[in-house]
Amino acid sequence: MLGYALRRLLVAIPTLLLLVIACFFLMHAAPGGPFTSERPLPPEVLANIEARYGLDQPLWKQLWDYVSNIVLRFDFGPSFVFKDRDVNDIIAQGFPISLTYGTLSFLVATIAGVALGIAAAIRHNTWVDYFAVSLGIAAQALPNFIMGPILILTFTLWLGWLPGGGWNGGQWPYLIMPVIALSTSYMGSIARITRSSMLEVMNSNFIRTARAKGLPERRIIYRHALKPALLPVISYLGPVFVYVLTGSVFVDIYFSTGGLGKSYVSSALTRDYAVLLGVTILYGALTVVVNLLTDLAYAWFDPKIRFQ
Amino acid sequence: MIRLRYSMFCVLVSGLLALGGAFADNHVPANVELAAEQVFTYRVLDEHSSLDPQVVEDTSGAEIVRDLFEGLMNQDSDGKLVPGVATGYTVNDDNTVYTFTLRDNAKWSNGDAVTAHDFVYAWQRAADPELASPYQWFVELMSLKNASAVIKGEASLDTLGVRAVDDATFEVTLSAPLPYFPQMTTHATTFPAPRAVIEKHGKSWTKPENIVSNGAYILTEHLPAERSVRERNPMYWDNDNTIIDKTISLVINDENVALTRFLAGELDRTEVPAGQFPRLQKEHPEEAISFPRLCNYYYTFNLSDSGPEAFKDVRVRQALALAVDRKIITANVLAGGQPEAYTFTPAAVAEFTPPTTEMAQMSQADRDAKAKVLLEEAGFGADNPLTFDMMYNTSEAHKKVAVAMSQMWKQKLGVKVNLSNMEWKVFLETRGNQNFELARGAWCGDYNEASTFLDLLDSESGYNDGKYNNAKLDELLENAKVSDNAAEIYTQIEDIIAEEMPVIPVYHYAGVYMMGSDVGNWPVGNVEQNWYSKNLYKIAQ
Repeated sequence: MLGYALRRLLVAIPTLLLLVIACFFLMHAAPGGPFTSERPLPPEVLANIEARYGLDQPLWKQLWDYVSNIVLRFDFGPSFVFKDRDVNDIIAQGFPISLTYGTLSFLVATIAGVALGIAAAIRHNTWVDYFAVSLGIAAQALPNFIMGPILILTFTLWLGWLPGGGWNGGQWPYLIMPVIALSTSYMGSIARITRSSMLEVMNSNFIRTARAKGLPERRIIYRHALKPALLPVISYLGPVFVYVLTGSVFVDIYFSTGGLGKSYVSSALTRDYAVLLGVTILYGALTVVVNLLTDLAYAWFDPKIRFQ
Repeated sequence: MIRLRYSMFCVLVSGLLALGGAFADNHVPANVELAAEQVFTYRVLDEHSSLDPQVVEDTSGAEIVRDLFEGLMNQDSDGKLVPGVATGYTVNDDNTVYTFTLRDNAKWSNGDAVTAHDFVYAWQRAADPELASPYQWFVELMSLKNASAVIKGEASLDTLGVRAVDDATFEVTLSAPLPYFPQMTTHATTFPAPRAVIEKHGKSWTKPENIVSNGAYILTEHLPAERSVRERNPMYWDNDNTIIDKTISLVINDENVALTRFLAGELDRTEVPAGQFPRLQKEHPEEAISFPRLCNYYYTFNLSDSGPEAFKDVRVRQALALAVDRKIITANVLAGGQPEAYTFTPAAVAEFTPPTTEMAQMSQADRDAKAKVLLEEAGFGADNPLTFDMMYNTSEAHKKVAVAMSQMWKQKLGVKVNLSNMEWKVFLETRGNQNFELARGAWCGDYNEASTFLDLLDSESGYNDGKYNNAKLDELLENAKVSDNAAEIYTQIEDIIAEEMPVIPVYHYAGVYMMGSDVGNWPVGNVEQNWYSKNLYKIAQ
C-alpha cells in the first residue's frame, strides 16, 4: 500500500510538469499581456518592464527559468500586477483562508448530506424522505452566486445578525455565510447520492440475510449497510474537496474573504502569468493528493478493491 | 508630450498666493458637531496594485498613497493647488527651472525630517530603469531634463533634472517650459520616498511592519484583497488640524453586495450600480449623490485602411452620431446624473467651456430626420442596409448602452449592428490593432486640462485607436501648447470633431455615490476626485 502511494506520487511529478507547460503556453497564447493597458506604454518603458520580469527572453528560456526557480529555490516569482508582492506571498496569505472555509464547508456538506441521505433512505417514502429529497433538490438547484447575495440581504441588511463580508482573522461570524453558501449545493448532491446508494444496499441480499439472522436494525444499518453505501459518496467527495477550494471564487467575490479563489480568476484576466501558474500548480498538486487519498479511502472501505 | 498654457500658470500662482494658509480646507464649520468616533470606511473594487508611490498605477492605490505620503503640493476640494511639503515655489523667466521651498516641520513617521534629498531620491527612483515603474511615462510627461535618456538607460540617474540645493530647497530643471508643472506634483509618482527603509527591506518596504511615510496617515493593517487600514500619523506636520483618526478601505468586488453593506451601515461610501440611482435618490435623498467627473465615454470609428469603407463617408458617421438618443441613455439606461455628450471634452474641465454644437441644439426628432437623409444620401436604405460590428469590453453597463444604441440605429435608420463583447485585455489588443469597425472608448483626464482629451485624436497619438488623421487638428493641438488663448483653439478643435465626427461622444462620467450623510467635506468639486482623508470629518448624528 505504501509502495502504491509512493508510485502514485512519483507519477504526479511529470503530470504537474505537463500541466505547467500546457498552462504556460496557453497563457502566452492569449491576446494581450500583463502590461497591455488602455494607455500603451512608451517603448522604452515597456522594454524596462519586460527586462525586469524576464519577458524579453524567448519563451522556452522563460519557462526554463520559471521551473528551475521553483525546483531550486521554491520561488514562484513576482506578481506582475501586485508589484509589492511575490507569488509565494500571495499563496501564503490567501490559501490558509480558502483552506479554512473550504474545509469547514466540506465537513458541513459531508456530514449534513450523508445524514440527510441516510435518514431519507431508512424512512423511505415517508415525510422524512420527501422532506430530505426536496431539501436536497432545492439546495442543489440554488446556484451559489444567487445564494450569496440572498444571504447577505437576509442576515446583514434585514436581520443585522452577521457582518456582510470580510475575514477578520476567520472569526465565526465571518465564516457562517461563506460556509452556508459554499456547502449547500454539495450537501444536496451528497444527500441524493447517499440516499439512492443506501436504498440499493438495503435491498441487497446480504442485508436480507442479516435481517433473517434477526440482527437489530440499527446494527444492520451501521455495521453492514453504511460502508458499502458510502462508496459512491467517497468517489464523489474527492473532487468536491478540490472544488470547494478552487471553486470558491464566488465566496471571495461576494464575501470579500481575501481567499485564493479570486486570484485564480483575476490573474487569468489580468494576465498575471506568475500568479496564474503558481495557483494552477497548487491546485494541480492538491488534486493529485486528494485523488490519491480518495483511492486509499476506497480500499479501506471496500476490501474488494484492495491493491495488489 | 509637452503642453503649454500660460493662462493656467497665472491662475495657479495666484491661487497659491490667495490661499496662503495651507489648511483652510479642513476647518469644520462652526455649527457642526463632530462625532466621537472619527473613522471613515469606504469600498474599493479591487486590491490595489502597490503602495509604493513610484510604482502604484491604479486609482484605489493612489487614494491610499495620497493619505500615507505627501508630495510638494496638494489639491483642495476644488482641485486647486495648496501647499504640501513645499510652502511655495519660484520659477525662472523661461519657465524651465522650478525651485520649491520645503517646510522645516515636515517629518517622516519615524521622526526624521523630510528633506529635498528625499524628493531627489524619489524622482530618480521613478525614472530608474531598474525599478521599471510603469509610471516612467509620467516622468517623461513632466518633461524633466534628461528623463528619456535616463529611462532608456543611456544616462545615469544623477543627470536627471532634479537637485537638492540644500535640505529645504528642491530644484527641478525641465527640458521645455511647462506652465502647469506644479499641478503634476500632486501626483503619487512625485511623492518622496524613504531611502533607508527601501534599501533595507526591498520591495516589501510597503508592508505595515516596515513602512515609513510622511503623510497624514500611517499604514497599520493590510490583508490583501480584504482590507487596508491607515491611522493618524502623530509626526505629520499638520496633525493638529487632521480630524479623521482612521480610514479603512474594504475590497468588495460586487457592487450590489457593497450597496447592501452600505445600507446595513458597514460603509460610509460606495459606488451606485448603473440604473439604481433614481430609486436610491428617492429612498435616501441625503445619501445618494452625483457630480460630474473628468471622464468621457465614446465610440470610435475605425478610420484606418482596415476599417469599413462606409465609415470613411462623413455622412454615415454623422448619421450614426445624430441618431443616438443620449437622453435615453443617460436618463433611462444609466440614470446616474451623467451629462449627455456632444463634445469630446467633458464640460467639467477647467479653463475651457466646450462649445454648444449644432447637434446639441437640435431636438432629437430633428436629429433623427437629418440622420435619415444623410444615410440615404450616402447610399444606404432599406434595400441596401448599413451593416457593421460594434465592439465593447465585457461589462453589464457597457452592454446596456451598446444594446440601446444598436436598437436606436435599427429602428430609426434600419442599420444592422452585430454586437460583440470581449474580455478587457483581448479588447485592448483587438482595438489597438485596428481589428474592429466601431469600438467603445473612454478616457479620464491625467490632469485637469482639455488637451488630455483632445490629444487622443492627434494622428501621432498612441491612443488614437481609430487612426483619425486630420492635419489641421494636429496643427491646432501643436499651436495650443504655446498659445495665450488655448481655449479658443480647443473650441476650434471641438468644432472640427463635431463636423467630422471621428468618434461618437455618448456621455460624460459622473461620480455616483452613496455617501453617509455624516461624512463632512467630501470634495465633490474636485473633478479628478483627488481626495484626502485629512480633509474629511464625521458629523455627530
